[in-house]
Amino acid sequence: MENNRRNFLKFAGVSVLGLGSLSLIDGLTSDDVVASSGQSPEATFKKSKNALTAKRWGMVIDTRKLNSQICRKIEKACHQVHNVPHHEDKRHEIKWIWDTHYKHVFPGKQDEFLAERLKELPIPVLCNHCANPPCVQACPTQATFQREDGIVMMDFHRCIGCRFCMAACPYGSRSFNFRDPRLDDAIKNENTEFPTRMKGVVEKCNFCAERLAVGKQPLCVEVSEGALVFGDLEDPQSEVRQLLKENYAIRRKQNLGTNPSVYYLV
Amino acid sequence: MLEKALKGSKAYWIWVLALLVVITVGFYFYLRQLDFGLGITGMSRDVSWGFYIAQFTFLVGIAAGGVMVAIPHYLHDYKAFGKITVLAEFLAVASVLMCMMFIIVDLGQPMRFLNVIFYPTPHSMLFWDMIVLSGYLFLNIVVGWNVLDAERNSVPPPAWVKPLIYISIPWAISIHTVTAFLYCGLPGRGFWLTAVLAPRFLASAFAAGPAFLILLCFVVRKFTKFDAGREQIQALAKIVTYAMIINLFFFLCEVFVAIYSQIPEHLEHLEYLFFGLDGHNFLVPWMWTSIALIVVTIILLLNPASRRNETVLGFTCVGAIVGIWIDKGLGMITGGFVPNPLNQVHEYIPTKPEILITIGVYAAGLFALTILYKVVVGVKAELTA
Repeated sequence: MENNRRNFLKFAGVSVLGLGSLSLIDGLTSDDVVASSGQSPEATFKKSKNALTAKRWGMVIDTRKLNSQICRKIEKACHQVHNVPHHEDKRHEIKWIWDTHYKHVFPGKQDEFLAERLKELPIPVLCNHCANPPCVQACPTQATFQREDGIVMMDFHRCIGCRFCMAACPYGSRSFNFRDPRLDDAIKNENTEFPTRMKGVVEKCNFCAERLAVGKQPLCVEVSEGALVFGDLEDPQSEVRQLLKENYAIRRKQNLGTNPSVYYLV
Repeated sequence: MLEKALKGSKAYWIWVLALLVVITVGFYFYLRQLDFGLGITGMSRDVSWGFYIAQFTFLVGIAAGGVMVAIPHYLHDYKAFGKITVLAEFLAVASVLMCMMFIIVDLGQPMRFLNVIFYPTPHSMLFWDMIVLSGYLFLNIVVGWNVLDAERNSVPPPAWVKPLIYISIPWAISIHTVTAFLYCGLPGRGFWLTAVLAPRFLASAFAAGPAFLILLCFVVRKFTKFDAGREQIQALAKIVTYAMIINLFFFLCEVFVAIYSQIPEHLEHLEYLFFGLDGHNFLVPWMWTSIALIVVTIILLLNPASRRNETVLGFTCVGAIVGIWIDKGLGMITGGFVPNPLNQVHEYIPTKPEILITIGVYAAGLFALTILYKVVVGVKAELTA
C-alpha cells in the first residue's frame, strides 16, 4: 500500500513535470524526486544505469568467518562513510552497525551449554530491514518507511524526533541524535558524498542504499572478507539464497513476526 | 467570565507570580535543551523515553479521571456532583494542556510537530493519540465553559451541549486507552506487552484523578467561599477506594503472570524495578515506596473512620497520588526500557535541567488551572451574593 502510494505520487509528479517515463529510470535528479514525492533528497537516491536492484534485499552473516578484526573494520568503514558521529558520552552514542556477543544478539536463544566458539565471538548487529517493520508502523509522520526493495529508510528532514520508532524496534537498532552531530569534531574526515544529520532526529543503517544506487555492494559487505553476503532474498539464484539453502540460519527474535532480512549462519 | 481571573486577593497574585517565576525557569532550561539537544536529559539510545513521556502518561490519567464525576452526574443523575462537574472538566483541560506540553518538550525537532498533521498516518498510535487528546481538550473547554456560563445566568445549559457531554464520557476512556496502546502494541517490549495495560491505566487514572480533585476541593474551600461539599468529597473518596483496589488487583495479575510463567522477557523488567538488575537499582526504593503507599492508602480508604475524617483523607489522597505517580511517572516507562532489546542494563536517571523543565510544565498547567478555577469560584460567589 505504502509503496504504491509513494510510487503513484512519484509518477504523478513526474508526469506533471512533463518528463517521460524513461527519465524516471536514470535521468532524474534527486531534486526532481523531491519536488514530485515530497521526500527529501537524502531519502531517495539518484539511480544510475548500473544500480543494483532486488525484490527484497537481505544479508547473510557467516559467523564462522568472523573475528574481532573484521568486526572493527566493518564498524569503522560504515561509520566513516555515513558520517556517524562519535560522542564521548555513551548515552549519546550513534551506532549503525556494531558487534556484541551471542547472548546479546540472540537473548531468547541463550543456551546453557553454548558452543565454545560462539561464547566470546563478536557478532555484528544492524537494522534487520524487517519485511514487517514495527518502526514503520509506529512512525507518526512516515519519516521512516519501507522501499519496494525492502529497505527500511529514514527521511531525516521529516523526522520530528518523537523516538516512537526506537521504542518499537525490538533490536535496539536505532539511534537518536541527542546532540548536534556537526559540532565538537564528532565527525572526523566528513564524507561529503553523504549527508550529515542534525540534532533531534533518529538514524540507523540504510543497507547502503546510496551505494546500491550506483551499483556498489554495501560497504560492510565489501570489507567483511566474505563474512557478510548481500543479495536478493526473493531470487532463488542469488548468493544469499544459495547460502541459506546449504546452511542452517537463524534470525534475531523471529518469533515476534517482524520477518528480519538479516540471517546469521552459526 | 475570564475577567474574574483579573481580580484577586494578594495571596492570589503572589501565587500567580510564583507560578510565572517557575514557568520562566523551566522555559529557560527548555531553551537550553533546544540549543543543546535532548542530550541535556538523562535519556539515551537504550532508554529513549524518560521523565517527559512518563509525566505525559500520568497526566492523561488525571485528565481521564474527571469522567468519574461526569458518569454519576450525567448518566446516573447523581445531583450532588452537579456542584463539581465544572471543577472536574477544568482539571481535565489543565491536564491535557500539560500532556501536550510534555509531548512538545520531548520532541527532538519540535518545530516539525505539524508533520503529524501534514502526513496523517493512521497506522501510528501517536496519530490517534493526537486526535483523542485534542478532541478531549476541545470537549472539556466547550462543555465546562458553557455549563458554567449557563449556571451564571441561572438558565439550563444550551441543548447542543448535552450530546457533547455524552460524547466526552467514552472519549475520556479513549484517551487513556490510546495512551496505553502506544506502549502495549510494541512487539519487543515485554513489560508493556500486556492486554491489562489499558485497563490498569484506567484504574489508576480513576484513582489519581478523583484523589487530585478532592485535594483541589480542600484548597478551594480553604482559600475561597466555595465549598464543594462533604457529601461530594465522600462520594469521590469512595470512587478512589474502588479504583485503588482495582489498580492494585490488575498490578498483582501482571506480577502473577510474570512470576508464574517465568518468561524472562516479562520477568526481567519487574526484577529490575523491584530488586535491581546487574547492580543497577536506582528505582528499587521508589517502587517499594509506591507499593507501600498504595497498600496503606487502600487500608485508610477502606476503613470508614479514616475515610470520613477529612484531615486523614487529605493525607490519604496525597499518598495515593504519589504512589500512582511513582508507578506511572517513574517506573512504567523506564521499566519497559531496562533491560534493553539486547538484554543489557543501561539505567536512566533524570538530570537537573530535565527535572526543572518538568516542573516548569507542571507550573504552566497549574497556572491554567488557577485561572480556570478562579473563574469558577468567581461565578459561584456571584451566585451566592
